[in-house]
Amino acid sequence: MEKVLTRNIEPGKAPTDMAAYEANGGYQGLRKAMSGMSPQDCREEVSASNLRGRGGAGFPTGMKWSFVPMDDKCTPGHKYLVCNADEMEPGAFKDRLLMEYDPHQLIEGMILSAYCIGADISYIFIRGEYIVAIERLRKALEECYAKGYLGENILGSGYKLEMYVHPSAGRYICGEETALINALEGKRANPRAKPPYPQVSGLWGRPTIVNNVETLCNIPHIIDRGAEWFKSLGVGEDAGTKLFGVSGRVKNPGCWELPMGTPIREILENHAGGMQDGLQLKGFLPGGGSTDFLTKDHLDLAMDYNVIGKAGSRMGTGTMIILDDQTCPVGMVLNLIRFFAHESCGFCTPCRDGLPWTRQVLEDIEQGRGKVEDLDTLEYQINYIGAIGNTHCALAPGAMEPLQSALKYFREDFERHISGGCCPYHSGKGA
Amino acid sequence: MSNAKMIQSDVSSVLTLQEMAEIDHELEHIPYKSGAAIDALKIIQAGRGWVSDECLQAIAKYLDMSSEELEGVATFYNLIYRRPVGEKVILFCDSVSCWISGCDSVKQTISDTLGVDYGETTKDNRYTLLPVPCLGACDRAPVMMVGDDLVTHLDDNKINELFSADKTGDQS
Repeated sequence: MEKVLTRNIEPGKAPTDMAAYEANGGYQGLRKAMSGMSPQDCREEVSASNLRGRGGAGFPTGMKWSFVPMDDKCTPGHKYLVCNADEMEPGAFKDRLLMEYDPHQLIEGMILSAYCIGADISYIFIRGEYIVAIERLRKALEECYAKGYLGENILGSGYKLEMYVHPSAGRYICGEETALINALEGKRANPRAKPPYPQVSGLWGRPTIVNNVETLCNIPHIIDRGAEWFKSLGVGEDAGTKLFGVSGRVKNPGCWELPMGTPIREILENHAGGMQDGLQLKGFLPGGGSTDFLTKDHLDLAMDYNVIGKAGSRMGTGTMIILDDQTCPVGMVLNLIRFFAHESCGFCTPCRDGLPWTRQVLEDIEQGRGKVEDLDTLEYQINYIGAIGNTHCALAPGAMEPLQSALKYFREDFERHISGGCCPYHSGKGA
Repeated sequence: MSNAKMIQSDVSSVLTLQEMAEIDHELEHIPYKSGAAIDALKIIQAGRGWVSDECLQAIAKYLDMSSEELEGVATFYNLIYRRPVGEKVILFCDSVSCWISGCDSVKQTISDTLGVDYGETTKDNRYTLLPVPCLGACDRAPVMMVGDDLVTHLDDNKINELFSADKTGDQS
């Protein structure tokens, strides 16, 4: 398969600087756009490519951009493009790779995307712990300003763009795009009510697009080589390639660029090397901590948004977390719920109070104090805080996904904890 | 903290010229002063390790905000420290992939070695131990950060190696 997003990334190879990036075709997309493509031409190419957001939701990128008021339909003032580099979903580790080893690819993608929507200011909102990525992105930005790829009159086109790296001060909720915008404005990162959507009223009340790192990294290639080429990369329903990751107790955990629609079995067995010796696959979260469990019955499914959706889960970030047969599923779900309860912004009651309640029930079950009726309490929480519309944002419904599917596939494990009065796994990992 | 106390504090006697210049630099591309709240907190923390009440009041005054509003911002974010921390902060990942890979026992080893639990600082003031959301290095789990450095593939041996100097009281 042709490597696209990771063509400059190889284990042991130095991160790509301007010279190395350009030597391998870098900034060709930018040159092409600036020397004869209008923003509308570029937007049409991206829409035609069927690129879908790689941050987790899978929303079509071209459609997201289409809601930004353009030209005379927009009141005078700034427009913003923001890169969501706040990778914090439990089990997700793909954007770090793209930023640390090929920062210019992201920057080129951002310049082109900003051009598409007519933005004049752009931010890379990156989690503060990504020290190496922050350093390399800042160095890459300097190289871009020096070459005239950023600033006034980019490549003589008359287009102007400023770009800043903005390290975050923490909190998972900043990955939610309206919470991220509040954080950029220096406020507490509570998500905003929608509408208005950021495309119309985002940062400082101005039209704003927030896109994930991996989404933006696709743009230079789509502009340079066209929508038809991009669509041809997928082997299933969806277009392009994807960074798929596997973590947990497999032989070779890692992150690989593969065609969209690659079967799960191929990722798990050929790339991750299968389970570690002595362990069996019990289940897996296909796309990070807020996706529903799937089991070995789903191994032959293609990693496509709709295919995984029909199986009752979500492709999310495409980074899978593997549950083996010697790790306690109740303990794993407890770990996830504890995370989400801690990361609730506290704005709405079902999330702020419902998640700690759920965590307490799970702690009781895991530690052998559970009662049969606790399972009804869990079902109640799943139906109440798991329903979109009962909470202010998608954090709590996302938190319920691994829990509801664990109760569906591993219910006997919950029951054994309650009937036996202890954790039957007793793996020594505690809870 | 009371308003009276806030008014008493003289901004320039608390913040350094360098700190104020750095905050001004951020304000250049921010339309409202309060928009630089998080940046300002980080600037102060970068030099001083944490944000004291006195600094918080001075920043609030500098940005035309109430101290209460800025306190609400400061305490929201886990990488803003409102209490003193050690020379290096250990950000220990206890999220799901690290948990599957045995981070609970590694955490126990750290606590036993350094004599601290989450939220505590070692007696020699070298380390503060804090939990952190998934560090995005799940293929190398369990992981943590020690200061600016990511440390991967953690096990008891690695912890002993890292902190053996501290265990024996060697400060080198």
